[in-house]
Amino acid sequence: MQTSAVLSATGLVKSFGGIKAVSEASIEVAPGSITGLIGPNGAGKTTLFNLLSNFIHPDDGKVFFDGESIESLQPHEIAQRGMIRTFQVARVLSRLSVMDNMLLAAQRQTGENFLNTWLFSKRIRQEERENRDRAIEILQSVGLAAKANDYAGALSGGQRKLLEIARALMTRPKLVLLDEPAAGVNPTLINQICEYIQYWNRQGLTFLIIEHNMDVIMSLCDRVWVLAEGTNLADGSPAEIQSNPKVLEAYLGQ
Amino acid sequence: MCSGLRYDFITTANLISMLDYLFSFDPGLIGYLVFLIVSVAIYGIFSLGLNLQWGYTGLINFGHVAFMTVGAYTTSLLTLSGTPIFIAVMIGAFLAAFLGLLMGFSTLRLREDYLSIVTIGVSELVRLFALNEDWLTKGAFGVQDFPLPLSQFRPTVGTRIGMIAIVAPIFGFIIWKLAQQLIQRFRKRQTVGAIFSVILILLTVRLLTVTAIALYDYSSNQARNGLLFLSLITVAIVYWALERLVHSPWGRVLKAIREDEQVAIALGKNVFLYKLQSLMLGGFIAGIAGAFFAWQLSTVYPTNFEPIVTFQAWIIMILGGAGNNAGTLLGAGIYWAYTAFTRDLERILPLGADQIGAMRIMLIGLILMVLMLFRPQGILGNKDELTLGK
Repeated sequence: MQTSAVLSATGLVKSFGGIKAVSEASIEVAPGSITGLIGPNGAGKTTLFNLLSNFIHPDDGKVFFDGESIESLQPHEIAQRGMIRTFQVARVLSRLSVMDNMLLAAQRQTGENFLNTWLFSKRIRQEERENRDRAIEILQSVGLAAKANDYAGALSGGQRKLLEIARALMTRPKLVLLDEPAAGVNPTLINQICEYIQYWNRQGLTFLIIEHNMDVIMSLCDRVWVLAEGTNLADGSPAEIQSNPKVLEAYLGQ
Repeated sequence: MCSGLRYDFITTANLISMLDYLFSFDPGLIGYLVFLIVSVAIYGIFSLGLNLQWGYTGLINFGHVAFMTVGAYTTSLLTLSGTPIFIAVMIGAFLAAFLGLLMGFSTLRLREDYLSIVTIGVSELVRLFALNEDWLTKGAFGVQDFPLPLSQFRPTVGTRIGMIAIVAPIFGFIIWKLAQQLIQRFRKRQTVGAIFSVILILLTVRLLTVTAIALYDYSSNQARNGLLFLSLITVAIVYWALERLVHSPWGRVLKAIREDEQVAIALGKNVFLYKLQSLMLGGFIAGIAGAFFAWQLSTVYPTNFEPIVTFQAWIIMILGGAGNNAGTLLGAGIYWAYTAFTRDLERILPLGADQIGAMRIMLIGLILMVLMLFRPQGILGNKDELTLGK
């Protein structure tokens, strides 16, 4: 079941007690694309995200990332392979500075090994300097550079969303899963976030985005997957989805 | 918790006056102050281990004394059978870390509250093992007459001055840090904080003179003065090493786990492994503290390792400010200053010894409550952090 897709999932099933949150759901993300995932509240979108990143193990079904089954991988190992997720409610590390939030995200740091802390202090300082420069660069691109030394907990809701996306980028990912990047964010900032996503996409980054804001989905996405009651309803280009009667029915109810 | 402090000298010296503590050079008082300094150092080391686990990683360890028990028994028993002291301490510390490994493997994958339950259980288990397995630990009879470090040491005048020169910078560092605080407080016109800093600086100077006198007069009590020298150096090394660690990328991952484990996972950190390392390193440090505890007691009984010892470390850490190594050491200082000043309560209050003992515990509870009301982040904690949303 290997395709050219960077991420593909087939037949995913997950029940919580008697409730089938996700049943027989599939999704495919083409490399270099911005793929959307929409659906009414309770459709199982976030659960699907958790299944894709192995934060929750599926009862059935397979997920392939970069041509490799992720079944036996720990969530942090998936992140190390380049699939980074964000959370629906932005999760920043409150009592760490914005800069520390960014530095944490850098991968393969020599100084994250206990023994290396004592053995390679020079190399660690060098890496910290480089990571700091890169973090400032990314923070500048989302307009948070001035806040680098503030506590992340002091940021507003919208700024936290930006920090979370910036932090995901800091990992040098291949694929970023964004869970409602525009939720609770003011319209100006939404436009900004969209521009950033398009900019980074042009740099070669692939996105999978859950979003309720249809403008965002329609303007950004190459392809949209619709989920309703835990299962696939439709998929296609934004224009096709917009005119699909089944989708309209699911959203508007009859 | 107080019985160990009841030095014979309580009947000989009049300690009601604080001035005695500050200016007297009575040998009995010097001896008692040295005891206090060593206690601060031992409890400081012990609490620094807990601070790494809870203050930096967010692990709820209610059985910290278990690591100390392992360290104390291993060191005393091994040296009794002829193992060199340094090697015995290292084996004790590694065994304590190994205990952390066992605790961690069984609980760290579970929800965090399980760790607190398991740790308190393990600490009682270890103590009861020490009480009942006479063949190994000598049970309630206690481990006695084990060698004490530097107790046969006969330093020349030059060596003694050298020892003073080695420990003096430690006090110098404390004074320098406090002076920084003082200047900062004065600039903000915080009178209470400034006065507090002045008192602490004066106390530190006093303790420096006491230490210098004790070390210069080394032969007055070799075991005691040797322990003073070693415990001061050890607490300085542990503090320096921890400061370096918590400011490294390694420490950053620990803090991230404390704040939100899910984020650390989502960013590719092996959270389980880091928690395990934190628990083990904290245990290792507490194991070293255990060796010093054994030397200070000079006889090791299972009753020395009741759960109250764990909670003394919690009090110390919360007083000074969790997640702050300097704060933890300050907490240890304040805790022992409190213990010293309240042990003469019976001269003022018409109460029996038992009632005084109970009252001292009540008082520290009251102090903690007042602290939680007015300075919930601890004395050196950062107030800004409390106002942050999750």
